[in-house]
Amino acid sequence: MVMATENKLVYARPEVFDPRPTHYCPGCTHGIAHRLVAEVLEEMGEVENTIGVASVGCSVFIYNYFDLDFVEAPHGRAPAMATGIKRVLPDKTVFTYQGDGDLASIGMGEIVGAASRGEQITVIFINNTNYGMTGGQMAPTTLPGQKTTSSPTGRDVERQGFPIRTAEMLSTLDGATYVVRRSMHDPRSVRQAKKAIRMAFEVQKRGLGFSMVELLSTCPTNWGLSPVAARTWLKEHMIPYYPLGDYKVSPMVAEIEI
Amino acid sequence: MTRELIKGNTAVAEAALRAGLEAYFGYPITPQTELLEHLAARMPELGRPFVQAESELGAVNMVYGAACTGKRVMSSSSSPGVSLMLEGISYIAGTELPAVLVDVMRGGPGLGNIAPAQGDYNQIVHGGGHGDYHLLVLAPASVQEAIDLTVLAFDLAEKYRIIVTILLDGSIGQMMEPAELPPMQPLRKEVPDWAVSGTKGRERRVLTSINLDPPAQEVMNLRLMTRWQEVEKNEVRYKEYFLDDAEYVVVGFGTAGRVALSAVRAAREKGIKVGLLRPISLAPFPQKILEDLTKSVKAFLVVEMNSGQMLEDVRLVVKGHKPVEFFGRMGGVVPFPDEVLTEIERLAKGPLTLEGHPRDRWLARLREEIG
Repeated sequence: MVMATENKLVYARPEVFDPRPTHYCPGCTHGIAHRLVAEVLEEMGEVENTIGVASVGCSVFIYNYFDLDFVEAPHGRAPAMATGIKRVLPDKTVFTYQGDGDLASIGMGEIVGAASRGEQITVIFINNTNYGMTGGQMAPTTLPGQKTTSSPTGRDVERQGFPIRTAEMLSTLDGATYVVRRSMHDPRSVRQAKKAIRMAFEVQKRGLGFSMVELLSTCPTNWGLSPVAARTWLKEHMIPYYPLGDYKVSPMVAEIEI
Repeated sequence: MTRELIKGNTAVAEAALRAGLEAYFGYPITPQTELLEHLAARMPELGRPFVQAESELGAVNMVYGAACTGKRVMSSSSSPGVSLMLEGISYIAGTELPAVLVDVMRGGPGLGNIAPAQGDYNQIVHGGGHGDYHLLVLAPASVQEAIDLTVLAFDLAEKYRIIVTILLDGSIGQMMEPAELPPMQPLRKEVPDWAVSGTKGRERRVLTSINLDPPAQEVMNLRLMTRWQEVEKNEVRYKEYFLDDAEYVVVGFGTAGRVALSAVRAAREKGIKVGLLRPISLAPFPQKILEDLTKSVKAFLVVEMNSGQMLEDVRLVVKGHKPVEFFGRMGGVVPFPDEVLTEIERLAKGPLTLEGHPRDRWLARLREEIG
């Protein structure tokens, strides 16, 4: 007996997300983070109302993958550029997409300034514990003992200092109303990351303050690991140092229902 | 409109606001701070964005972002702060965006002091940031001129998609003079066809200074240089005083030019046929008038509040055809008119030479004087 079947489309590529292959290395999680942002903007109906701010690093060409208006910031300055845009166009949705060298090292002044002022912008922060584009140097997020090209014997905290837990630090600022850390190492964590990205943009839409989602990410090429092994390494080494969680959810943000 | 007694920094701020300034981003630094303070009060009154940034790096990049939307935006700072802004200035130039920047110069290098100086000439006129770009540089010598040039700056910035810098020295910024402010202009309604605003109803726009393909980057460089040639053709500004029968010409800008004018007047009373050329646009530099003068006069005296930075631009035009002498004060010291008068008298008395470098002769005299 033949059962009548009905096809139902449950998942498709977001239209705002360009179909061309990305330039990212195999197994890199930038592509996932890009797609999550694309899905969220589309679901919120914000595509035509959004201006993205690209930064310097592997994601410098993020604007090639989105059918969005984009500007490209100097290294670390994306939150300042986003501030300039949002202040003159307060009805637009403005987001930055920054890596850990960009945001937590050279751009620490700009991100702290923007968060403390409560700029109504959303920051997608990719933490993969190294400077990917320049070939895997030590970043402020590099774990103690982790080998990089500029910490070839492993990060020695006596000489090279300690990693920065950015989400925890920014969560102390009153202007920041939604600061969370998520991961992208398995399907479950990816789904949770998407929910957080949605919430961050909802916070901006409601004018509730500065929002940031830190995403633990893999860099198989510079870590010298296969894509699968890189995800395991993230889970076993990064999450213990950078615990996932909600570091700041202001009371008004907590009331948002999606 | 009536004239009122107003401080240079405040006047520039109010003039910018009345010229339709739509957002201001800055950071406090003496001797520029009154400009920021004035806009801190006035911009919110008019419902326009004012942000005191976390640093000059932040301020210039907020200007960069806001400029991407096609709005009239500006920042202001003083010498050490402008050094920090050079990164953003290069990026704004590389993205071909209009913006206005005010530099109220102080004594340097380093922290230096907060007294008036002109030591940023090279930094602003000849670059400072990386890569091939030009700033359009306007140097007022009075509060009224600072007002007028501020209004002009926004129009020029938009016409050529270029950064226009008002290069003040601390004395123009700090001085109070009677001046007339411009009428309040309505904010512009139209949005330029390159500005980002979201893709509603049109193709997406990307504003960036990155271009990984060298031949394509070279095409962009050529476009910038071609536009700069247009600026050189159309936007030269200067003021001449007593040049018709001048045998000797003093060249000075801003406060140095103004002090020199007093000295020129005093020298005229003594029967010396001397005039003053006061460049207002330092970039583009008034080459043509200087070339013409080179044919008719006996010698030049360049007066600056630095170690002879514009001097080199004058020498490039004069090309050794006529003697050029230099007098400068540095480190925040403002020259007195009688000092300049002494130099004019030295010039008129001779002997003059085409040999050597005027800076070396000046330094030798200065060493004798200040040790």
